[in-house]
Amino acid sequence: MRRPRPRGREVGTPGKVGIVFVSHSARIAEGLVDLARQMAPSAALVAAGGTDDGRIGTSFDLVSAGIGEADAGEGVAVLCDLGSAILTAETALDFLDDDVRTRVRIVDAPLVEGGVAAAVSAEAGDDLAQVVAAAESARGAASTGAAGPDGGAGAPGPGEPAGAASAHARSITLVNADGLHARPAAELVKLASTFPQRVTVNGTDAKSLLAIMSLGLTKGATVEIASDDPDGRAAVDAIAALAESGFGEA
Amino acid sequence: MGLDITWAVDWVRLSADVIAEHRIELITLDREIGDGDHGENMDRGFQAVLPKLDDLPAGSTPGDVLKLVATTLISTVGGAAGPLYGTAYLKGAVAAGSAASLDGPAIAAVLAAARDGIVLRGKAESGDKTMIDAWTPAVDAAEAAASNGSDAAAVLAAASDAAWAGAEATEPLVARKGRASYLGERSAGHRDPGAQSTALLLQAASDAASASAGA
Repeated sequence: MRRPRPRGREVGTPGKVGIVFVSHSARIAEGLVDLARQMAPSAALVAAGGTDDGRIGTSFDLVSAGIGEADAGEGVAVLCDLGSAILTAETALDFLDDDVRTRVRIVDAPLVEGGVAAAVSAEAGDDLAQVVAAAESARGAASTGAAGPDGGAGAPGPGEPAGAASAHARSITLVNADGLHARPAAELVKLASTFPQRVTVNGTDAKSLLAIMSLGLTKGATVEIASDDPDGRAAVDAIAALAESGFGEA
Repeated sequence: MGLDITWAVDWVRLSADVIAEHRIELITLDREIGDGDHGENMDRGFQAVLPKLDDLPAGSTPGDVLKLVATTLISTVGGAAGPLYGTAYLKGAVAAGSAASLDGPAIAAVLAAARDGIVLRGKAESGDKTMIDAWTPAVDAAEAAASNGSDAAAVLAAASDAAWAGAEATEPLVARKGRASYLGERSAGHRDPGAQSTALLLQAASDAASASAGA
């Protein structure tokens, strides 16, 4: 698959939604950029943590500048930690030009999980509403480990009516050492997002990074990639091929 | 008698003095139920305004001074107080408009706009144990005084007294907003630092007005 080159410097990435991480701590914000960067090498990810002079707190000027840096015209999602970070971000929005403000959203989502999900969505070229939805999907992520320990809740069980069967399904075995950990999961989600059809991995939405990661699938696990959509065959085949290739890992 | 640019500048200078003087007290109040940075942050913010007062162009209005305070606090105060007070002064500046002098009703309108700005920004309500619990009684008292025909200085005196009573009344409250809300019931028994700084600032406004009137 297409693999964008990493960028040395954060500026708005043409055609992609930008993301600003607002934290009381500069190190938290910078750490989040590093973390999300693994899965979103080309999206504009900007850290706006701490005060202007490096103390704990949030800075109107850093947040305002961060929004400007992240904005390539496709919009900016702003993720915040504790209360006053949100107040600072809201104040920064008030001071933006009207046309810029309409494409900046403060997202109510957990900073780490939501930030990573938003970054992957932005990397895939999703629009602002989709990036925001990806971040919001992380709300309560810790408690919705979704499919349960076997991760197979969505696969049709024995005796289920034939109507539940997928239009197209492929069963493959994960071959790479670490299974569907963060980076391969992100590759899978990015690929799935390039297809309009809904595709599932063991019954879980293949376009949701958090859902895929929460399956906890490791090397040797059997994975069913399926689509109920009659036009979903190409998507299923592409994802199966990616998984069978070991995501470029040993 | 209305309050003009001299009053506005005096208010800011007195605010900076009183916040510096009460810095440790605000830090202590905030440390008891918050993150302990309120005194430090407010002091930094108001000290940053002081040199800018000298650069105000001739013909500046009270509204211009309020706007200068707003933008400086927003940029220099790292905690929640920056956006909250910044928004308050900004909305107050809008209410003051380009008037060279503010009479009783105009002062009451400035305070009401400032309070509304804080409510809008912080989404706190009365009784949440926040600065709103000092602001709202102050605005109510200011509006009552203004409608009784009090002059601007008397309106501010009424606001200051009510803000102090409001700040004191936050002591038994359980916090429902801000960092103190993480403490739940344990936040009761401590005065809210934002309500305290509100009372200090409104008293400074009143003191500056008395000084103007006496001059």
